[in-house]
Amino acid sequence: MNTTITVEASQLTRLYGGRKAVNDVSFNLSKGEVLGFLGPNGAGKSTTMKMLTGNLAPSEGSVKICGIDMMENPKEAKALIGYLPETPPLYKELTVDEFLTVAARLHRVSSNHIKNAVQNAKERCGLTEMSKRLIENLSKGYQQRVGIAQAIIHNPMVVILDEPTVGLDPIQIRDIRALIKELGNDHSVILSTHILPEVEMVCDRVQIIHKGQLVFNGAIEMLKQQRQGNKLLIGLHQPPSDLNALKLEGITQIESLDNGLIRIHHLADESPAEAIVRAAVQNNWGLHQINPDQTSLEEVFVSLTYQEQTLQD
Amino acid sequence: MIFNIARKELKSVFSTPMGWVILSLILFVFGYYYYEGVDQYFQVMSGSMRPEERKGVTEFVGQNLFGIGSFVMLFAVPLLTMRLISEERRNQTLAFLFSAPLSLTEIVVGKFVGLVAFLSILILFVFLMMASLNLWAEIDYGYIFANLAGLWLLLASFAALGIYVSSLTQQPVIAAIITFIVLFGLLMLDNLLAASQNEGLAYVSLMRHFQPFSRGLINTGDIAYFILFITTFLTLTIRRLDADRLRG
Repeated sequence: MNTTITVEASQLTRLYGGRKAVNDVSFNLSKGEVLGFLGPNGAGKSTTMKMLTGNLAPSEGSVKICGIDMMENPKEAKALIGYLPETPPLYKELTVDEFLTVAARLHRVSSNHIKNAVQNAKERCGLTEMSKRLIENLSKGYQQRVGIAQAIIHNPMVVILDEPTVGLDPIQIRDIRALIKELGNDHSVILSTHILPEVEMVCDRVQIIHKGQLVFNGAIEMLKQQRQGNKLLIGLHQPPSDLNALKLEGITQIESLDNGLIRIHHLADESPAEAIVRAAVQNNWGLHQINPDQTSLEEVFVSLTYQEQTLQD
Repeated sequence: MIFNIARKELKSVFSTPMGWVILSLILFVFGYYYYEGVDQYFQVMSGSMRPEERKGVTEFVGQNLFGIGSFVMLFAVPLLTMRLISEERRNQTLAFLFSAPLSLTEIVVGKFVGLVAFLSILILFVFLMMASLNLWAEIDYGYIFANLAGLWLLLASFAALGIYVSSLTQQPVIAAIITFIVLFGLLMLDNLLAASQNEGLAYVSLMRHFQPFSRGLINTGDIAYFILFITTFLTLTIRRLDADRLRG
């Protein structure tokens, strides 16, 4: 079942008055996957999502949801999608219950299941105590939750969330991330964000979009590998006066950093960590720290988007 | 699906003060003119009128009530239609409807049906007022139904135009003002052009097609005019929303 393709976007292009907001974006998504959409402001994340959900017609290319073409059979395709836009679309004059009932009805939940669907969505999003409150009077975080509840109420195959954790407090963010992970078990989820650690926490796959083009598309592990690099960071209380004493087998370069730590570059797949620890004990260097030196996800992100820029220039 | 959207619109109207305020104000005005009509009937008719100039009570009160009806609704309908699409656009809730499994036709017609259902409540009250005359007089039901049908078609046309204007802007107030001006123009076209020989343009006037109804005359030509008017503006609205999707 894991190979069922739920979303198939091919060569999506969107022009805004001659400017390409999204340029030739293609990807597939399988059932049970969580796809993170990353990109700086104005990169085309929201535009892509609008095209996936049928809110915007692509200038070129096509979208298929579970094999159903969005342009040809929009009703059938849209029935399989739950969408939370950037601004949660809420009728603020209604109560949470009323609004979710309307949402269920419009998404063709059969009338004897509506009550259950509403109850279920409220439980999943932690809204049970807010049932009778007017949406207008809810805090931003709770409004965001209502937005998510509205997107999952009809148990869609594909859930598309545009920046779902904006404006939430840390505890709510944790809850929502857990919810997204849970959704990822039996639905496909696409979420856009510019919070990088979030992607690492909840997503199986990542796409980085920059200036309308996909610059990275792969499993989250690939991104992690990119960030790990072949570097170790060690801290010594009594470092040897000549740093070259550290030059063990497989080590290519040694740098002394300003904060007293030493960065060691080594060959790929040959971590010298063990050898360093042994040497440190033998020579009494006072080893107090040894870590793989990770470039932050931000750096990977910047380097990916920057690469693209230099290619274009 | 059309029915579900209509239901949602009705719920929205009644969950804001707007719906209740408009409903009660209009009913107050209608009630007042109805009362005035009944009151004056005796004064006028028991006076020195010659028998051949006398009118039935239905026609006398009806003229009063339906005459004011179209005029009051000229102000009320723009206030009701202004929010329908412009506010959804401003609050960005249109995405909610666009990403639900609905066609644009269903969305627009649903909104229209919802509003017409609200207006039908008013029509029903007007009917009840007129029918209450039956308690002490023989009344002319044919006359009443022709008038009600005319008013209903007129209000539906107001609503269709209002929805279209509402789809053009993000500001409900601007939508209301433009709707009012256009409706006023269309109603008055007849009067303004009375002196000129331009029959073609005067034929477009809403009033010209409403007047036969108020004399108790149901004419298929007039019905066709109203239906065409409504379909035209609903189609334009659908096209306007489709342009949103295509042009963004």
